[in-house]
Amino acid sequence: MGVRKLLEVNGLKRYFSLGKNQLLKAIDDVSFEIYEGETFGLVGESGCGKSTTGRTVIGLYPPTQGEVLYEGKNVHKLKGKELQRFNMKMQMIFQDPYASLNPRMIVADIITESMEINGSYSRRERHERAHELLEMVGLNKEHANRFPHEFSGGQRQRIGIARALASNPQMVIADEPISALDVSVQAQVVNLMKRLQRERNLSYLFIAHDLAMVKHISDRIGVMYLGNLVELTTSDQLYKNPKHPYTQALLSAIPVPDPDVELSRERIQIEGDVPSPINPPAGCVFRTRCPLAKPVCAEQKPVWQEVASQHYVACHLYN
Amino acid sequence: MEKKKLLEVEGLRVSFQTHGGTVQAVRGVSFSLHEGETLAVVGESGCGKSVTARSIMRLIPEHIGRITEGHIRFQDKDLTALTEKQMRELRGSQISMIFQDSMTALNPTITIGEQIMEGIIRHQKVSRQEAREQAVETLKLVGIANPESRLKQYLHQFSGGMRQRIMIAIAFVCRPKILIADEPTTALDVTIQAQILDLFKRLQEQTGVSIIMITHDLGVVAKIANRVNVMYAGQVVESGAVRDIFYHPQHPYTRGLLGSMPRLDSERDIPLKSIPGTPPDLFAPPQGCAFAARCEYALEVCGRYQPETTTVCERHRVACWLQDPRAKNIWPQRDEATG
Repeated sequence: MGVRKLLEVNGLKRYFSLGKNQLLKAIDDVSFEIYEGETFGLVGESGCGKSTTGRTVIGLYPPTQGEVLYEGKNVHKLKGKELQRFNMKMQMIFQDPYASLNPRMIVADIITESMEINGSYSRRERHERAHELLEMVGLNKEHANRFPHEFSGGQRQRIGIARALASNPQMVIADEPISALDVSVQAQVVNLMKRLQRERNLSYLFIAHDLAMVKHISDRIGVMYLGNLVELTTSDQLYKNPKHPYTQALLSAIPVPDPDVELSRERIQIEGDVPSPINPPAGCVFRTRCPLAKPVCAEQKPVWQEVASQHYVACHLYN
Repeated sequence: MEKKKLLEVEGLRVSFQTHGGTVQAVRGVSFSLHEGETLAVVGESGCGKSVTARSIMRLIPEHIGRITEGHIRFQDKDLTALTEKQMRELRGSQISMIFQDSMTALNPTITIGEQIMEGIIRHQKVSRQEAREQAVETLKLVGIANPESRLKQYLHQFSGGMRQRIMIAIAFVCRPKILIADEPTTALDVTIQAQILDLFKRLQEQTGVSIIMITHDLGVVAKIANRVNVMYAGQVVESGAVRDIFYHPQHPYTRGLLGSMPRLDSERDIPLKSIPGTPPDLFAPPQGCAFAARCEYALEVCGRYQPETTTVCERHRVACWLQDPRAKNIWPQRDEATG
């Protein structure tokens, strides 16, 4: 793992206005860092704000409050040449391999569109690069002149990865890159992402709801709940020693593909559903479902603090 | 321990006419379901698991799809031979189905009370009052608080997990003998999924209903199933008790599926065992074993002839040429997971 800090997210908030004075708090105070060559996993259930975080980090949304620093520079204040350079350095892979590729473009043009926008490459150079990239992601150059509909979901996701790599990025944001794929194909894509990371010293922000897969691929993991980061630590620590009651419940809710383990396992049951982010509970957002909630949880928002080396939690149990 | 056979599917073949030609979605599926058990059907998209389930319910759209061969026996009746009218008597009262997406499977313009009572009124000669009481009872059973007032509400007033409970209530209100659940928890978050799976277990314990659970998630299978059918390209390639499938898998595809899932307790730096390639095109299924093209152990015979289904041990069956006595023994004896 490298030590150079690439990305720093400080107190990021992103609210969406729904009219009638209603405010949807998609992200409400999220801070984390990503170092060179590492994979940072962001997990949580639907509506927890993990995708919004990814999109705000790459600059698709402006933040309501807080800042995103990439190599020390505020991403949302970049202009002109600097913005263009940032756009080359950070790329994104999307969830839906069907919707994220233009059906009217051939694969070679899809992959090298960023080079075309850059303007300094000839068509021939671009197509040579496309061939190289296709081979890198396990397809071959005959695929370059085909259209997206001629490919399976897993192959399309490889095309999406090739496109993200075309501009030689340092960091790739992968937003649920495998959740639309079948199990055996998921493993292919994850193994590919890991190999590319080794070869090119990439950093990943890996966003997913599948905690087992996130644990497999990530060095460190942040757990989100209702717009808040509730716990952040190394992936081994998170699995072996989860601190936040939500993380504990999440881990115990995931069924393990092993019948004997399933039989003997004790589960931490949490009742009910995730509350609406439009009027999130005051104090700790998890308190309405938390089996260990105390009166103070309704009054004060828990402080984000380091409870052990490299282990951050926002929970009143550790105050 | 051997319980009575409730449902028996034999040599089922289903095909669909499309613009691109005929798709052979299910190609000779046989299995049986016993009283009080949960049978999981696993496989990847397009393997025919949902089509098999819909064939049992006779919900294959008739203008494009057809059961071309095979029998489905339920209580001395062959479901493939029943008229639509006879079938309607069975649906909901004897065999019920739960779908993945509650938002499209239920009617948004009718109160959930009406939707639950519809089945009772259709199948039993009871008054509306009595039907309402049964509906309330069933809502309680599936874990919905304040059932009396909830009956008057509409679908959009419930969360995703609650909607799934309501769908289970609708399917269960006439106390059918078989519940077929097609990916019932796939659209749900894991904490909600855990609640719903517990509900299935509880319903089975309380009423002895048999469940066919269609899923692609082996974690769900391990949690809920007694027996498992592994499907690939429209066929059952391996079937057996849940422990046979997880601890002594025989078919290379089953082994591949198990290896490609990361586990929370597994080491990080070991790459996942992926299966190369993609499933075959069912417009023109391969002549031999459908998995041969992706199988690292494929023999010459695999590409030419379909493997027969052989019995490994009691009720553990596998369709693979590697089981043939003439094939080399590939797996380290009864393998490492035995202990």
